[in-house]
Amino acid sequence: MDTKAPMPAERLLDLEDVHVHFPMREGLVKAVNGVTYHVDKGEVLGIVGESGSGKSITARAIMRLLPRNAQAAGGRIRLRPRTGEEFELSALERNSRAVRQVRGNHIGMIFQEPMTALSPVHTIGDQICRTIQLHMGLDKRAARARAADLLARVRMPRPQQMLDNYPHQLSGGMRQRAMIALAISCNPSLLIADEPTTALDVTTEAQILDLLRELQAESGMAIVFITHNFGVVADIADRVAVMYLGRIVETASVDDIFYAPKHPYTRALLNSIPRLGVDQGRRLPTIPGMVPDPFSVPAGCAFNPRCTHAVAGVCDVETPPQRQFANGQSARCHFADTFAEAAHA
Amino acid sequence: MTAFIFRRALLSIPTLIFISFISFVIIQLPPGDFVTAYAAQLRQSGEYLSAAQEAMLREQFGLNDPMLVQYWRWITNIVFRGDFGFSLEWNAPVSTLIWDRLGLTLAISSLSLVFTWLIAIPVGVYSATRQYSFFDHLFTIFGFLGKGTPDFLLALVLMWIGFAYLHIDVGGLFSPQYQNAPWSLDKVINLLTHLWIPLVVLATGGAAGLIRVMRANMLDELGKPYVETAYAQGLSERQVVWNYPVRVALNPFISTVGWSLPALFSGDVITAVVLNLPTTGPLLLKALQTQDMYLAGSFILILSVFTVIGTLVSDILLAWFDPRIRYA
Repeated sequence: MDTKAPMPAERLLDLEDVHVHFPMREGLVKAVNGVTYHVDKGEVLGIVGESGSGKSITARAIMRLLPRNAQAAGGRIRLRPRTGEEFELSALERNSRAVRQVRGNHIGMIFQEPMTALSPVHTIGDQICRTIQLHMGLDKRAARARAADLLARVRMPRPQQMLDNYPHQLSGGMRQRAMIALAISCNPSLLIADEPTTALDVTTEAQILDLLRELQAESGMAIVFITHNFGVVADIADRVAVMYLGRIVETASVDDIFYAPKHPYTRALLNSIPRLGVDQGRRLPTIPGMVPDPFSVPAGCAFNPRCTHAVAGVCDVETPPQRQFANGQSARCHFADTFAEAAHA
Repeated sequence: MTAFIFRRALLSIPTLIFISFISFVIIQLPPGDFVTAYAAQLRQSGEYLSAAQEAMLREQFGLNDPMLVQYWRWITNIVFRGDFGFSLEWNAPVSTLIWDRLGLTLAISSLSLVFTWLIAIPVGVYSATRQYSFFDHLFTIFGFLGKGTPDFLLALVLMWIGFAYLHIDVGGLFSPQYQNAPWSLDKVINLLTHLWIPLVVLATGGAAGLIRVMRANMLDELGKPYVETAYAQGLSERQVVWNYPVRVALNPFISTVGWSLPALFSGDVITAVVLNLPTTGPLLLKALQTQDMYLAGSFILILSVFTVIGTLVSDILLAWFDPRIRYA
């Protein structure tokens, strides 16, 4: 692909061959090893992967909020928010004025731990107002009124009073609502949700997912939804990208991911989800082996030692290319096309 | 909040009563009493009291009364008349002795506390946000040196430098010619040339430790998710650091600021002795050495009361500063 190619009109966020490395005493960890994905305007992209697959680090690379010991080792990240201007995020410094204009304004972010992701010594209202005042140039009163509106939009009871509450006075689900209100406070074009429901119980999780879907429909913002839970992805995503060891191994629409997965890793993950009423009394299939340690990623396809379809001499030698299919699906597997019709029936 | 303050203030009253009682018992502990000591003092100047005279004095001072009655007399004198008793060693009322030195003591101690904070907080924050940088290592070295060097040694070295190289007279707070002179611009300048040594000594000693505390607190806080949330709002690094983690990292400072109240009162005793400062510290030391019971007892009482009040102040400040405590 020509790296100078302009982004298509519907494109909001575009990642091309993004690399993030961590130099460690034991060696170089390539936490993100050539990730390419895009998000269109108003679309919900689910990113699924195990712990350590690099999904959160990729999100941090978009925000330019990588840990201090990380190296942005290449690739290109472009963002074209609703306002029309184009940001080449990968070229921006962590603390630069341009990237600060993007954060909180064009991209909102919600985090995994609602318990600790809000400042314990500031009220909910103060925290939201600070962001509003920073980006929207409103005075104190207007910002406070807007913050109350936002709390009402995320379905907080008694929004006016909630403004003056501290995070520790709220339950986990309420805190995550406050966090969402903070993230959408400046009408971002993109919301990055980094495992926003992992720390919540399933009932609250369902409510938060409903809320996110509603907000997305109302405002037309795009969402990058990071999770390790396929069930959540099925609930909320339009398209899904599956990550394994720093690479996107498969991208497809949510239906194709579930009904016609083309990468053995995706298939194995889906097979290891327990289903009610199916295969009773049998052991749940699991993926053999362990996630390799990050200092010795296998040669060739990183998944080959655990893959039941691996062919010696091919999979453990050559890095599989990205295979593109007519329906927009793509998979990084030498034999992706052989699984084309073999949807698990 | 008001209820919280009221409850805490109420709770400190029994503590204060208990402390005053203990202080009184300490005053009574040494063998003999005021009259014995007075008689001994007279003996030194060649006068003698007969046993009958001693007994009469005892009766007059009420020393034969039960301990509780004496305690009641002592404490009511303090509370209602500000009379802390009489120092035999100085031949003057205890309250006058302490009062004379209190102004300078508080001035030096609070100035050094302010300097300590002015140094410790920014340096601690810098060290944490630039962990393992050149200046972090430098501050760490100075911090440990400052912590490891006894204050009195630093005081001696500075006095020597001041005397040998800067040709200023050192020790005390004034040169002899200004000692009893009325206040004037020259006297103030003279005071400043003397004041810097105790300030440097006290501030470095205190700051060295607090830099480490602040650095450790900040490192804890900087790793917390709310800091990343703040960055994700588009705030600059300076806005994030000073508005969020510093606010939380200051809590241990707030919770101990009250304890500096008794320290403000007693000052740093050894440094004050070395530098010959007219503060309350050396007075306390001397009172203990000479068994000047009313003076020493009053000191113990005042220090303890200040500790209780200081803790109360800290609790209130912390509750005001940290909502998690206010609503707990």
